[in-house]
Amino acid sequence: MSDEFNQKNTPIKAQSSESTSGSSGSSKDIDYVRPAELPEQDLYHGHSFITKWIFCQDAKVIGVQYFLTAVFTGIVGLVLSWLMRLQLGFPELVPFITAEHYYQFVTMHGMIMVVYFLTALFLGGFGNYLIPLMVGARDMVFPYVNMVSFWMFFIAVCVLMASFFVPGGPTGAGWTLYPPQAILPGTPGSNMGIILMLVSLSLFVIGFTMGGLNYIITILQARTRGMTLMRMPLTIWGIFTATALAMLAFPALLVSCIMMTLDKMLGTSFFMPTILQAGEVLSYGGGSPVLFQHLFWFFGHPEVYIVALPAFGIVSDLISVHARKNIFGYRMMVWAIVGIGALSFFVWAHHMYVSGMNPWFGFFFATTTLIIAVPTALKVYNWIITLFRANIRMNTVMLFCLGFIVTFVNGGITGIFLGNVAVDIPLSDTYFVIAHFHMVMGIAPLMVIMGAVYHWFPLVTGRMLNEKLGKWHFWFTFLGAYSIYFPMHYLGFIGVPRRYFEMYDSPYVTSAIGMNEFITVAALIVGFSQLIFIYNIVVSLSIGKPAGKNPWKANSLEWLTPEVPPAHGNWGEKLPVIHRWPYDFNVPGAKEDYITQTTPPSEVISAEVEKT
Amino acid sequence: MSDNSLNNLPGGFKGMSQDMGSDQTAFKGVQWGKVMMWIFLLSDTFIFSCFLISYMKGRASTVVDWPNTSEVFSLHVNGVPVPLLLIAIMTFVLITSSGTMALAVKYGYEKNRKMCGWLILATAIGGLTFVGMQVFEWSKLIHEGVRPWENPFGAKQFGSFFFMITGFHGTHVSIGVIFLFIYARKVFRGDFDNGKRGFFTTMKSDYVAIEILGLYWHFVDLVWVFIFAFFYLW
Repeated sequence: MSDEFNQKNTPIKAQSSESTSGSSGSSKDIDYVRPAELPEQDLYHGHSFITKWIFCQDAKVIGVQYFLTAVFTGIVGLVLSWLMRLQLGFPELVPFITAEHYYQFVTMHGMIMVVYFLTALFLGGFGNYLIPLMVGARDMVFPYVNMVSFWMFFIAVCVLMASFFVPGGPTGAGWTLYPPQAILPGTPGSNMGIILMLVSLSLFVIGFTMGGLNYIITILQARTRGMTLMRMPLTIWGIFTATALAMLAFPALLVSCIMMTLDKMLGTSFFMPTILQAGEVLSYGGGSPVLFQHLFWFFGHPEVYIVALPAFGIVSDLISVHARKNIFGYRMMVWAIVGIGALSFFVWAHHMYVSGMNPWFGFFFATTTLIIAVPTALKVYNWIITLFRANIRMNTVMLFCLGFIVTFVNGGITGIFLGNVAVDIPLSDTYFVIAHFHMVMGIAPLMVIMGAVYHWFPLVTGRMLNEKLGKWHFWFTFLGAYSIYFPMHYLGFIGVPRRYFEMYDSPYVTSAIGMNEFITVAALIVGFSQLIFIYNIVVSLSIGKPAGKNPWKANSLEWLTPEVPPAHGNWGEKLPVIHRWPYDFNVPGAKEDYITQTTPPSEVISAEVEKT
Repeated sequence: MSDNSLNNLPGGFKGMSQDMGSDQTAFKGVQWGKVMMWIFLLSDTFIFSCFLISYMKGRASTVVDWPNTSEVFSLHVNGVPVPLLLIAIMTFVLITSSGTMALAVKYGYEKNRKMCGWLILATAIGGLTFVGMQVFEWSKLIHEGVRPWENPFGAKQFGSFFFMITGFHGTHVSIGVIFLFIYARKVFRGDFDNGKRGFFTTMKSDYVAIEILGLYWHFVDLVWVFIFAFFYLW
């Protein structure tokens, strides 16, 4: 687009927003929207199979590519979790699971789920698909870079998966990869495994940066006429803030990966203190392992919100649409998202209370951690008030939203336990921590992802998913996930440590044996019940009920394309013009219970809409 | 931007809040590519900050003495050690290349193809000289026994951090030099005048691209100032 500016002398019709206000009176005036500032986007249209479906520059196809790749890694992570649970519930039942393998499964499960599954799915998958559609752009602003971004991610996944097949297997250092143990002999995969992990993470960061620049600039600079920042769906706010966090947090991960790679391959001592190994002093010395922890968690804590904020945003939209009511406190929700994002950079050391850092540091970080609970609680209240006396459609999407609220509150409350230094120290490295973070950033975002798939599947494919199967899927997943993680709180309280391969005959955890077996059975059932979901998707692709246009009667732009599913370029001849926020449901005085974002005020003259 | 309507926008915080509250674009009249470069540079700033903070932490916590930088980095001229000589020249060259880059942007917007091209070429040669002198400095240190994993003059972290951070910066400069040469060729060929479509991106070329490359180049220079201060003056 930019290139046309000078040649055609296209005037940039930048105007003060004030110049438009104060014009009211006739019906012609109230429909006024400022003229377009930008020329039409120059798009590359693929013609061959390769440019249309493989090296495709259409954000929607890239989004689906991201989604499928992330789901593939997620399934690998799921299988790894089964193997771990088998060992924990029924020790030595499977001879293949040795202690080394167990640690490799733990590590790969954690890293895959957090980075390659959830981050890629929310930002790469939903971000790519929804951002251009929801802000009314024809595509991402840099389609080529966007395409390269996906393929970098794909290579990163390949490198990660390759580490399963190298001598020594993948790294078994725990997903936090703490040095010195991550790169010393004795840790599984301390040679090729860890190197491939670090390389893969670096590639992921590079690829993500390319995508992230696209998401941010599309949202900031390529919105359609009338689309102000405060008229964007909360989905976009969530993805936008999460991307901004990622742009500032991933550098710390990249730097720690580079430094650890050098420690491993060149023998530098950035993170390596003087170490005795089998009575011999290693050549390392003088480095600081805590430095790695600071760098890692400076990335790691925002990473939690990189996963959570898109989930917050998406769930707000889903609740609003399926409760037929505007989201309560839209601006509060926006500022809460932004506030949580900003605060998330000042809480990282609450992951390090037992690392030996200065205790005053713990005091500071406990305070900031508890402050972050305030905007988060605001959001939960707003979701509940949105549901209060709403016209709720109790469909699969809504069930998943309700499931999200419950699991998120549960995980959030245990977070307050762990945020306090004094309470955290006895609980750290127990199953209480496992229960906490799986509830809050495992199950809760997954609930949103599944709800979002049921919600947007008709948009992507043009067909509805089966409701009946969807409800079965929900109850299996929700009750099953609760049976997995709720007992873990108890395990944590009685002191069962995390990351232990086996408890053997430790007398104080004998009461945990039955519970561990129960959890394992539940985990297997929940895992297998996802086959219902996959079956539902595969079957509905061909025989699902045709969705038609806007099956949920939603207001936001993505449902208002001329073709469903949307074609390349999204909007046909003319870009849409926006007159309102996407939450005008059940407006008093309106004929229908929803007013789409493109409906001009003159068409709903008697409706008492909120001024946005 | 030659368009005058931009000048009518209110300035200051009031203007900023109005821009943020308006539709379509948050940064009025700023091309997508330019915003992209700014945000990328913000991200890159965090990378260099992490490197430099790690360096400070490493240097502050080492038990072995840090080498005396004015001795380690000195050049012998006629047998007399002159501290910071090479580094002063390197810094001068790099800062000068920033100046030529700024002029290239100016001539680019004036559609002065020849001047723009020569100035980009001058910038590229400045960058190449810088990288060359860095190679010289590296080989001198390596010749004296400094390695990423050891250092005869004191703390071994000196070698590790020095090679890593200057190497990372040098990579940035080298990438910049490659792009400068590519852009010099594009300018001389007239791509930016006739809007030839890019080989990879298939998007039309525009003189804005030179300003975007300039942003990157100035950033690389700015980072060098910090590296210079932290490694050579501390």
